[in-house]
Amino acid sequence: MSLVLKLNGVEHTVDAEPGTPLLWVIRDELKMTGTKFGCGVASCGACTVHVDGYPTRSCQTYIDDLEGAEITTIEAIGATKAGAAVQQAWAELDVVQCGYCQSGQVMSAVGLLTENPKPTVEEIHDYMDGNACRCATYQRIRAGIQRASEIMEG
Amino acid sequence: MTLNTSRRGFLQGAAAAGAVLVVGLRTDGALAAGNASAQINPFVKVGADGRVIAIIKHFEKGQGPATGLSTLIAEEIGVGMDQIDYEFAPSNPELYANLAFGQFQGTGGSTAMANSFMQYRTAGAAARAMILDAAAQAQGVDASTLDIVDGMVTGAGQPAPLGDFVAAAAQLEAPTDPVLKTPDQWRLIGNPDVRRLDSKIKGDGTALYAMDVFLPNQMVAMLARPPQTGGLVASFDDSEAKTVKGFIRAATLPNNAAVAVYAENTWAAMQARDALSVEWDLSAAETRDSAQIKDEILAALDGEAEYNVLQNDPGPMDQAAQVVEQTFYFPLLAHAPMEPLNCTIQADEDGGVTLHDGAQFPTGPHMALAEIFELPMDKVRINTMLAGGSFGRRATPTADYQVEAALAFVITDRTRPVKLVWSREDDVRGGYYRPAFGHKVRVGLSADGEIVAWDHRIAGQSIMKGTAFESFSVHDGVDHSSVEGVADTPYTIPGFHVGLTDTKKATSTLWWRSVGHTHTAYAMEVMMDAAARAAGRDPVEFRLAHLGDGPDAARKAAVLRLAADKAAWGNAPSDRTQGIAVHKSFGSYVAEVVEISGDAESGVKIEKITCAVDCGLPVNPDVIKAQVEGGVGYGIGHAMRDEITLTGGVVDQANFPDYEPLRIRDIGAIETHIVPSTQAPTGIGEPGTPPSAPALANAISQSGRIVALLPMVNDGVRFV
Repeated sequence: MSLVLKLNGVEHTVDAEPGTPLLWVIRDELKMTGTKFGCGVASCGACTVHVDGYPTRSCQTYIDDLEGAEITTIEAIGATKAGAAVQQAWAELDVVQCGYCQSGQVMSAVGLLTENPKPTVEEIHDYMDGNACRCATYQRIRAGIQRASEIMEG
Repeated sequence: MTLNTSRRGFLQGAAAAGAVLVVGLRTDGALAAGNASAQINPFVKVGADGRVIAIIKHFEKGQGPATGLSTLIAEEIGVGMDQIDYEFAPSNPELYANLAFGQFQGTGGSTAMANSFMQYRTAGAAARAMILDAAAQAQGVDASTLDIVDGMVTGAGQPAPLGDFVAAAAQLEAPTDPVLKTPDQWRLIGNPDVRRLDSKIKGDGTALYAMDVFLPNQMVAMLARPPQTGGLVASFDDSEAKTVKGFIRAATLPNNAAVAVYAENTWAAMQARDALSVEWDLSAAETRDSAQIKDEILAALDGEAEYNVLQNDPGPMDQAAQVVEQTFYFPLLAHAPMEPLNCTIQADEDGGVTLHDGAQFPTGPHMALAEIFELPMDKVRINTMLAGGSFGRRATPTADYQVEAALAFVITDRTRPVKLVWSREDDVRGGYYRPAFGHKVRVGLSADGEIVAWDHRIAGQSIMKGTAFESFSVHDGVDHSSVEGVADTPYTIPGFHVGLTDTKKATSTLWWRSVGHTHTAYAMEVMMDAAARAAGRDPVEFRLAHLGDGPDAARKAAVLRLAADKAAWGNAPSDRTQGIAVHKSFGSYVAEVVEISGDAESGVKIEKITCAVDCGLPVNPDVIKAQVEGGVGYGIGHAMRDEITLTGGVVDQANFPDYEPLRIRDIGAIETHIVPSTQAPTGIGEPGTPPSAPALANAISQSGRIVALLPMVNDGVRFV
């Protein structure tokens, strides 16, 4: 099927079978590689994008359901206030190790700070629970979110 | 293809724009230098624009060599970290060998900094000396009056950018013995403010991993592999797969180990593989259950040891006032790096092939591909890309996934590149596990609470036997990786006997972050606590009393004291319990104090972990801290709740829902203290892992129960 996906503010006409996960359209069709494949069953969060502003696992989101939706990926999130703050904090604190999960971590962290600019540690844990990091960078992710919160306050 | 990133474009542009000085080694090991046409493989390139490029011979899986080796080059030349970029070296086992491995290029055993420290500093110092000589000649001054600071040549003459002298420097002979900077001159080595060079690209999604390779016209291949180790393809039916849009074809690999499904894209490959029906020949396949494998290992602990690894002063166990005894079990574990295994092979115009891979051991796939494609080594190229984790999995003695890709490519007409992709299920079920091991330890104590005998039996599945690395690790039948951390302990143990029995493998096995120390540190350190408790002594004092005066024991004692001091050992809040462990691995010493609330029955919460590390001279202190943080998480996460089990030889787990990774709420703050040192740098990627799980076990055991059968959730421990 042919459909129009609005991604990072740009409309893309893509040709994909019904039931194709958004992840594979982003990666294999549009060749935007920042969004990662980690598990395929929405249990690691490496594929997190925003759909209408909400962090969403793109490996379990089907293109059939996305007509008219606004999709944002890691490639464009830095243009938002929270995205810029998170990316600045991530660099300041050297949060990353292998980095493969970090696009998803950043997308979830931006979702959290957009909803809740000053989250408690418990709120960070609740929100970020679905984003796995096999390098176990969790303590820096926690600190990075708190630092990004400060940056956003100005 | 998407490999043409702005950074790569820049590097090519810099080289083309003008002169370049390259410094590296000739095959005889001597320093060599020249310009862009020089026939050497360099460690450093300096452009006329003043940009320095470090050529990194180790792969980057997050452990930090791209930053670390760049730091060494930048320090010696005299540029800031914002003036240096890095590239990964091509595969060349003569020029880019890991000096700890012989003539083999690869990353492992926490050796990246240890084996590169002098090599990269020397290359940087040679570049600096040549630039200064060229500047001295140009300015008519003595080179000894000049210095390079932040990329500017300063001193007697007019300050000038170092790039001005690159063309002239490239005409000079490389110095044979360049003078290295001394520690008092260092501005970057040991500086905690030096940041990672790969932070930005990994935070904004522009970092490229092997999974991100999209070559023009490439096919994606996924393999249908047998359900049990040892199975082979008998036949397959792809009539259903043919209905999947994007399916190209299916074919049995030449070694009958799997059916390759080729498709236009990843999703089509996944669906077509699901639709494939394969008949397996399971006549030689593994059929045991993991309960049976566990019984075999535990039974081997009670029989005669196959190898007497160590026996000093035959132990007066029968004279001990009391004997503390414990049996331990450690299950199979998968590595599960975040980026599923993958690589891409393409045909080159000259008849060669290029492998795009997060290559941990480039020499392995290099040799394997040369054999499969019947090519000379110089016609096989490896483009090493960033790796999304490994923990050992990307380095196998068989080059397993690269060989799969090569076999999937060699049976095509080779006009289309083939990208082999593993799913997470392939990864979790795919073997190459941390082997299962058992330990049975009996510690004899005197009436005054001193160790008088220690009988330590180990049984499990050798990692190295039967592999190309056997001669490296197996001596007189004993695979050192099965007993490391016990047989070579820095503790002073009288009456020490270590016995080993190999048991039959049910799956392929592999080193897993910290190799044998994953289980040996646990058995040693939990027993030290059990013995201290039986003797009525403090665990820290008891350990110190069994560490002698030698340099090895002194360094171990120092981290133990430091961790205890920083954790306020013995003064935890009333609702908290502490446990401690200390272990030496890969030349480094790490002590960790885990502080928990709750207990095994009501639920354990890991509140805080305090670490002390001595890894020799700390090159990048913040990277060291990050590696300890990650090593702790990796060790504790698996010890808490992960195992791979088999039913009739088939792996029971499939993906993260049943091989649950450590999550952000599982673990509290980790504080790491680095011992200042002038000793040569040693490992840091792995040493944080071994003490973490036993420190947690020792905290839990303060309430009276020894946790000895892993994962901990199988031995009566709840976590909250």
